[in-house]
Amino acid sequence: MDWTALWLSLRLAGWTVVILLPVAIFAGRFLAYRDFGAKGIVEALVMLPLVLPPTVFGFYLLVSFGARSPVGQAWQSLFGHQLVFTFEGLLVASVIFNLPFAIQPAQRGFEAIPVAVREAARCCGMSPLRSLWRVELPLAWPGLMTAMVLTFAHTLGEFGIVLMVGGSIPGKTKTIAVSIYDKVQGFDMQGAAVMSAVLLAISLATISVTFWLSARVGRRLS
Amino acid sequence: MALEVTARATAPIPLDVAFRVEPGELLALVGHSGSGKSTVLRTIAGLWTPSQAKVSVNGETWLDTDRRIDLAPHRRRVGIVFQSYALFPHMTALANVIAAMGHLAASEREAEARRLLALVNLAGLENRRPAALSGGQQQRVAVARALARQPAALLLDEPFSAVDRATRERLYEEIRQLRAHLAMPTVLVTHDMEEARLLADRMVVIEHGRVVRSGAAADVLFDPAALRAMGLREIGSSLRAVVVAHEDDELTRLQTAAGPVWIPRIDGAPGSSVRLRIMAHDVMIARDMPKDISALNVLLATVVAVTAGEGPGVVVRLDVGGDEVLARLTARSARALALTPGASCFAVVKSMAVARGDVEPSQR
Repeated sequence: MDWTALWLSLRLAGWTVVILLPVAIFAGRFLAYRDFGAKGIVEALVMLPLVLPPTVFGFYLLVSFGARSPVGQAWQSLFGHQLVFTFEGLLVASVIFNLPFAIQPAQRGFEAIPVAVREAARCCGMSPLRSLWRVELPLAWPGLMTAMVLTFAHTLGEFGIVLMVGGSIPGKTKTIAVSIYDKVQGFDMQGAAVMSAVLLAISLATISVTFWLSARVGRRLS
Repeated sequence: MALEVTARATAPIPLDVAFRVEPGELLALVGHSGSGKSTVLRTIAGLWTPSQAKVSVNGETWLDTDRRIDLAPHRRRVGIVFQSYALFPHMTALANVIAAMGHLAASEREAEARRLLALVNLAGLENRRPAALSGGQQQRVAVARALARQPAALLLDEPFSAVDRATRERLYEEIRQLRAHLAMPTVLVTHDMEEARLLADRMVVIEHGRVVRSGAAADVLFDPAALRAMGLREIGSSLRAVVVAHEDDELTRLQTAAGPVWIPRIDGAPGSSVRLRIMAHDVMIARDMPKDISALNVLLATVVAVTAGEGPGVVVRLDVGGDEVLARLTARSARALALTPGASCFAVVKSMAVARGDVEPSQR
């Protein structure tokens, strides 16, 4: 059992969720409420990581984060080390490829709030921020919950992009999914089986908790 | 201390209206769906801004496009009851009302919210969530929430359209009682003439975004031109009655305060209360008790008022056993019969003029 890889995967998933939650709230809310000319294009761009093969996506990230790219050079001059093949690089990639999993459900959650309820909040004297906190977030909660769980679970399982951007450096970029692959490559079927089972249990538990929570919220609102 | 509104726009709908509502006055904005009446309400609340508009309350300007003043909705002290009520589904009735009390000290809010819920007859239901309340109860929570802000103007956007007729009648009565406590100007948006007649002091009829008629509710209601703008051929009135018996020849006998009435067979057990909707053009007036007449329903009535509109017609308001029944006649007939307030006469209504759909169960 490769505990280092599991811990790394959990850390990566946790940080991705922490970074993407505010992004999902503001981008999802914006896309749900506003109508603008380029909305279709923006929505398509957000969905792109969903349809692009992970290796293709990973390749583009590798190229744009690389030492010779402007992003890579900026990172190098700011932090003194390169972005690719590091945990930070992996995290940035993870945040980008999880955009659709975070924004889409959040957008659906905000879209489910009747316009009149939002307007009522304003007419009750609530500022936009207060309306978000008191009315919109509690009502969009099932969508946000789904966004976070999907992001978490998807990060644990992602393989192609991780391998392309992070390589497989133990303790830095070797996630549990990559570690399982390595075990199988080295004919350690026993180790692969144990780690697969652990990953299965974590995924199952996460999904169950979500369903339980959203059922509770559903009962409260209906 | 009045609410003054002017609004002009060309898109998304043409709009050109101006009106003033005095403190304590209830103004009904009536018109078809799509006529622009709800848009006017949204303009007052700040949920929409026309290209050129002015809204001021008590001398305080909320919107003036010429002077680039446009207060955000939450900065306008407005109470609004939405058509769908738009209650916060995750909050109890009490919390819904407290949610609109940002202007009060936290310690005062709960007591004030309980007082408001009691005012709209919801004492005891404070801890229910909207989903556990009936349509009429939700509407009352919405009214209490609108009042919770101590609004400078109260806006009602078709607030009765989502409840059944019987509940609506009860709510009308409650709103009428509530008005005694309300000092602010109130604007009611409705497409229901009966509702406007029961609740409003003044009416503004809007068609394609323009005011086609405004004035005292009674005058506007009986004006055929205003009715046409509403898409109505005629104004109706309602008569309370109790089912007596279902007779063999497919007629139902009812008892009204002014005498028996026969109408085509309806459902409803003997003893149940109903309301009959009678259109003004279906009512004839006779000065003497008519003899050998085919119409079965002849009711003793007293003339309350005769209102002239455009054209040859007048509307005669009759008191029939305490209910108001309207009759549309020619001005010539009204003169020939010498129909003046206080005159007694007989209202004649054909049984077949009352269709099944004109009869509704009633509370009383």
